[in-house]
Amino acid sequence: MSGGLPVGAGSTEGLRGEWARLLGGNHGAAVHPRVVDSLVDRTAELLDRARRARPFDPAPARQAGAMLVDAHFTDPELLARAVEILHRQPAADGVGPMLAGAFAAGWAAALRERTLREQEAIRLAADTARHGVERALRESEARFRALFESAAIGIGIGDVEGNILAVNKAIGEIFGVGPEDMSGRRVGDLVHPEDTPGVWEAYGDLISGKREYFQVDKPYYRHDGEVVWTHLTVSLIRDADGVPKYQVAMLEDITDRYRLQERLRHQATHDPLTGLPNRAAFFERLERLFEEPEPGARFGLCYVDLDGFKVVNDSLGHDMGDQLLTAVASRLDAALTPLGHMVARLGGDEFVVLLENCRGEQEAVAAAKTVLAALAKPVIVGDHKLAVGASVGVLERRVATTTPGAAVRAADLTLYRAKEAGRGRWTLFDPKENARAVSRYAVSVRMPSALDRGEFFIDYQPLVNLADGSLAAVEALVRWRHPQLGVLGPEEFVGTAEETGLIMPLGRWVLEQACGQAADWVARFGDRAPQLNVNLAVRQARNAGLVADLDRILRTSGLQPGKLQLEITESTVVGPEDEALKSLHGLVDLGVSLAVDDFGTGWSNLAYLRDLPVSGLKIAGSFVGDLHDPAKDTHLGWRIVSGLVSLAHTLGLTVTAEGVENRADAERLRLMGCDWAQGWHFGRPVRPGEIARRIAEANLPEAVDLTE
Amino acid sequence: MRQPNWVPAGTDLEKPNAARMYDYYLGGSHNFEADRQMARKAVELWPELPQIMRANRAFLRRAVQHLAESGITRFLDIGSGIPTFGPVHEAARRVAPGARVVYVDNDPVAVAHSRMLLEDDVLSSVVQADLRYVDDLLARPEVSRLLAEGEPVAVLLVAVLHFVPDSDDPHKLVAALRDALPPGSALVLSHASLEGRPDQAGAHQDLYRRTPTPLTMRGREAIEAFFDGFELAEPGVVYLPEWRPDDPQAVGPHPERMTGLAGVGRLP
Repeated sequence: MSGGLPVGAGSTEGLRGEWARLLGGNHGAAVHPRVVDSLVDRTAELLDRARRARPFDPAPARQAGAMLVDAHFTDPELLARAVEILHRQPAADGVGPMLAGAFAAGWAAALRERTLREQEAIRLAADTARHGVERALRESEARFRALFESAAIGIGIGDVEGNILAVNKAIGEIFGVGPEDMSGRRVGDLVHPEDTPGVWEAYGDLISGKREYFQVDKPYYRHDGEVVWTHLTVSLIRDADGVPKYQVAMLEDITDRYRLQERLRHQATHDPLTGLPNRAAFFERLERLFEEPEPGARFGLCYVDLDGFKVVNDSLGHDMGDQLLTAVASRLDAALTPLGHMVARLGGDEFVVLLENCRGEQEAVAAAKTVLAALAKPVIVGDHKLAVGASVGVLERRVATTTPGAAVRAADLTLYRAKEAGRGRWTLFDPKENARAVSRYAVSVRMPSALDRGEFFIDYQPLVNLADGSLAAVEALVRWRHPQLGVLGPEEFVGTAEETGLIMPLGRWVLEQACGQAADWVARFGDRAPQLNVNLAVRQARNAGLVADLDRILRTSGLQPGKLQLEITESTVVGPEDEALKSLHGLVDLGVSLAVDDFGTGWSNLAYLRDLPVSGLKIAGSFVGDLHDPAKDTHLGWRIVSGLVSLAHTLGLTVTAEGVENRADAERLRLMGCDWAQGWHFGRPVRPGEIARRIAEANLPEAVDLTE
Repeated sequence: MRQPNWVPAGTDLEKPNAARMYDYYLGGSHNFEADRQMARKAVELWPELPQIMRANRAFLRRAVQHLAESGITRFLDIGSGIPTFGPVHEAARRVAPGARVVYVDNDPVAVAHSRMLLEDDVLSSVVQADLRYVDDLLARPEVSRLLAEGEPVAVLLVAVLHFVPDSDDPHKLVAALRDALPPGSALVLSHASLEGRPDQAGAHQDLYRRTPTPLTMRGREAIEAFFDGFELAEPGVVYLPEWRPDDPQAVGPHPERMTGLAGVGRLP
């Protein structure tokens, strides 16, 4: 270090030059060069002043140090180099170290101030930010709380153990309690006997995390014991890791709506006068019975009509009549409903008793006797003591053998037989009597014009190949849409048609229609189109013109004769000299095949069977049906069926089992070698479009198992 | 488009924060122990980081100065952090004394600090918003007022897009900003790059993965694609020190070591 004061301005310039290089290089030019320039000027000038001043004044050097810090020159490396530069500057009286020391002290003090200031600033900023976040959270919380508290819908929160944690005001109103009374209760306490089946299973799935929410209409008991109906939505809330944490229930009070619905439903299904289920409710119940019947399921109907009600109405007035009906209804209800039977009013003075799962005719007859007994004592209406009698038509059938419409019609007709036989009694359904009654009352008169009016139509019932489930054939079944009686099946009018001779034009019409339909399927589906089976009445078979007729029909329709099979009954041919035999041979010569229908019911001479030109045999449905009759020996039944199958095969005939109603029977028939089967299990008679759909679907790669 | 939450993110001082780490690299004390710990680790792995940050800051200053000299007086600084070291309004007002600046950051602490700093500055405002919810950002009154008058606006995305992961589609976000800008506006952009120091990129990204703001370094092509629709000002997208240096000598022999790529684009 030099001992004397430097002379001239050169050394100041030297400091400034080094100073400029020091500051200019440090920031990476983050500050504008002109800013750095003026900083260099100011600080170099201060340092120069400090170097020269006597006595030594550290203040300018300290100020220079502080200015650098203020201008963000805070790198310790910079301080080291600055001290080094200052040391190198010539200074008098040995002030060099003091100058460097004062500069360093100024720099350090400023840095310390700056550090503390910045720490305080960032701390303050952090606090401000945190308060801001907390305030936003509080506001958000307040918004949600207001939403929760003032919601019109009831909201409750519970944990997944079923403890109710919080509920809002609306829930308190629904349950008739204060919100505080609900907290601490458990969700499981809220069971109601009318809870929808499955709702608690859904709840179990929810709290165990297997489902996210469910919705249901649910009743609750209010605090005062009243029932409140709610539309309930329960949702699951999971924590950040997806673990079920809370459940949120939202309840809307729908009690008024529910009660209104209930009342409307009751009104729609009940008779306003007597309070009994009405006609609609009765048919709904009856049709439900037919939807998926158990094999062998039976049912019974008692069709009740008051005797002489019209007299009461006419002589005593409608008001009295109504009172009488109400009294009768309550007696029937009291006598039969406890037995598990349904009593309905069909209209006027007609009532009906429906027996579900009937155990046999005896039970239905017992019900009819109960009806008559209930009405045996006179009814007191006003000042009158009225003796009311009734007539009852009783029908007891296997569900699988009929339809709801046919059953009610049959019961009605049976009732008329009871009335005719002298009132105050019950009469049991008889199929022959029924057919006779149908024809007597309505068929014979209208039938001749029905064909012209287009009242007939044809349904088709599948015959299925048991070996592979494929659709082998369809049987054409004629129906009559009777304007008064509804749709009638062949068993209800074909007898009459035979008696009156109408069977001839009707039979021809059926053949024309069915062959045209079958030819259409062949055109659309080729070989996959099923064989067509058409019933041939005895009278048709004996008609000399049959072969020529059929030949014409086949030509007109374009159906190959091989696709047509005619079904005859055992009674068609009664002996080797029967003229029908000639017709049948003529048909076979056309290329048409024949099958014996309803085999086993006609007491036929088996010897003739050998001589008939038939290729198929259909075992009457009663054989399979009897397998489910508890009164008959099932084992023997199967042996008979098996024997019939063997017999048919011995004769080289294709055998079809009719009346097959369940999968087990179908499988057993398949195992005993029965070729084809027909029955409700394989499909009821349906419109032709449905058959076309079935043919088309059978072509799909994953053809469904038709025995399903 | 997604909506931000009702409640802004928390202010967890135990977690290192990119804005405060940046301040530490620049020699500031606006930071907490967690920030310093993480920043020290980063510097240990990559001793040039403070210089890179300063180079980035210098680019920001030169770009703002350049745009102010070309007549722009409105600036929208997105991801402004803690603007103590050569902030935009200071750089701009050296040239254009009436320059208006809107600072945007998603970090509530940085925003609170900026508000204290700019309390008396009537021409500046501070907005807490998140670039990832760009529609919400553009709808803020301070931002929409700045854009509404049709004067050119310089949008600054300086060292911010590398905090937006690909899953948030940063190119779509920049395009949304571009579409909201009046004609003659500008985009100032710098971005941590995979190029220059590929040896450092992996470890550095790993480190930032531990912060609430993980880092996604991108290649030149992806960075240049941010300028779609803009006309790049000379000299294009270059390493930080290479963009219009005050003095050609100052670039130094290894500009690629300052691994950020930077550029300025103008709308026609």
